[in-house]
Amino acid sequence: MKSIKYLLLRRITQISILVLYIGANVYGWNILTGTFGASMLFGIIPLADPYNVLQVFATGFVLATDVLIGALIITLFYFVIGGRAFCSWVCPINMVTDFANWLRRKLNLDKEEVNYRFLKRSARYWIMIVGILVSAVVGVSAFELVSPITIMQRGVIFGFGMGWALIVGILLFDLFGVKNGWCGHLCPLGATYSIIGAKSIIRVKHDHEACTNCMNCKVVCPENQVLSMINKESISVTSGECTNCGRCIDVCDDDALGFNIRDFKTGGK
Amino acid sequence: MKDSNNRRNFMVTSLQSIGLATLGGALWSGYSDGVKASPLVLRPPGALREEDFLKACIKCGLCAEACRNRDTNIDKETGEPRDSTLKMAKGGDSILIGTPYFIPTEVPCFMCDDIPCVPVCPSGALDMKSLLNDKEEMDINKSRMGLAVVHKESCIAFWGIQCDACYRACPLLDVAITLEYQKNDRTGKHAFLLPVVQDSACTGCGLCEQACVTEKPAIFVLPNDIAKGKAGDHYVKGWDAKDQERVKDAKEINTKDERSEKSPTDYLNMEVEY
Repeated sequence: MKSIKYLLLRRITQISILVLYIGANVYGWNILTGTFGASMLFGIIPLADPYNVLQVFATGFVLATDVLIGALIITLFYFVIGGRAFCSWVCPINMVTDFANWLRRKLNLDKEEVNYRFLKRSARYWIMIVGILVSAVVGVSAFELVSPITIMQRGVIFGFGMGWALIVGILLFDLFGVKNGWCGHLCPLGATYSIIGAKSIIRVKHDHEACTNCMNCKVVCPENQVLSMINKESISVTSGECTNCGRCIDVCDDDALGFNIRDFKTGGK
Repeated sequence: MKDSNNRRNFMVTSLQSIGLATLGGALWSGYSDGVKASPLVLRPPGALREEDFLKACIKCGLCAEACRNRDTNIDKETGEPRDSTLKMAKGGDSILIGTPYFIPTEVPCFMCDDIPCVPVCPSGALDMKSLLNDKEEMDINKSRMGLAVVHKESCIAFWGIQCDACYRACPLLDVAITLEYQKNDRTGKHAFLLPVVQDSACTGCGLCEQACVTEKPAIFVLPNDIAKGKAGDHYVKGWDAKDQERVKDAKEINTKDERSEKSPTDYLNMEVEY
């Protein structure tokens, strides 16, 4: 039945994580310190952004073990629960782009399907690779210079400076430019997590028998190419591009979608 | 027919993608290279040389958080933490975004004994080893964040006015800044007490810059790469036995070029060409 269960849970998770980070700087809390680049959980468990680590690796600098272990922990975590769960459950930009999407629906901006010849959803994988190459050439983590994710996160922890302009830019781009433009087409971190979580255990499963073909799920899905099985087959979403956000489950009137454990016997379906 | 069309389409799309990726990559590189070039910035203690630091820093902010939340930073009157020395560069700061830095005139480095900012660095951008002293203990006096430089013309001590604000503010009192006594010939009966920064001891903490009484500080910290010159390997201190070691095995080199053909007088009489 229609609900906002997962939406609410995600907002609570996203905001709680930000609050913990802010508290670490402002009040000296020792629960989750640092930023997404690298963090410390309870002061002992290192966490690090695997794409950031790849970029530093490309510059030729040999990182200290703390960060390497941190990147490994994060990679394993999202390998299991679905890489892009980061995007929908943790990343603060998700709130911005979800807001843009919501506005698009309210303002009826989605009526016309526009086909952008050069801006395919595969662009993010190219950007991911180019980001690593640029890091190697220039000798500095290239995506970190322009990443709205960490700019927004550092913004709320340490102050925005001019960084807010980039966040507004992303909002406008997603609202009036390309639908799901940033998260669904450009973001190389999302691309990295798509690859990491391609074989994840937690998946959305579709029940073809219960589906009434209302397409509510496809309207609300930020990566609706992954829902190709709707009203066709009773299988799981297999694409790593699914963000496990659970919005499709929320909006489904027929209980035809739900989180499930990937069935490895049938080749992940 | 259809097959060859598909192949053609694939080729065209691939080439377009590669072209766009190259163009994007070139623009991205240009931008990144531009924002990297901000040499006038002071980094936390133990920071690697700027070039390596920019590679290594993962922009996590753990050093800045440790700096802000150190025990000694609690304001005794309000019980609240004060502004921290280390700030994280924001958009528009003209410092590589997300990297830690400090501005002495705002908040200098107070050179905490326990150095809270360095051990928390997870990436190795702040290097603990560079701060170890002979006893293998971390020693903040080993840090080289920059070098204080005195501008004589605006320093009132050089005018003959009695001022030792920087000398007193220096945490390495009479070591990193010493006073040089000179006779003031203008008055004939007073002394100049001139501040002199000792490169061998100055950590670049910036306490002197903050303490300086002039409108714009006459003593200020510059990054080492900017503040320091380099004599080059070919200058040897002949009076220094250790330095002399460097040329122990040196062989005589005779350079013959166009100029060696002329006599030294020709060279001395030659006008300088601009």
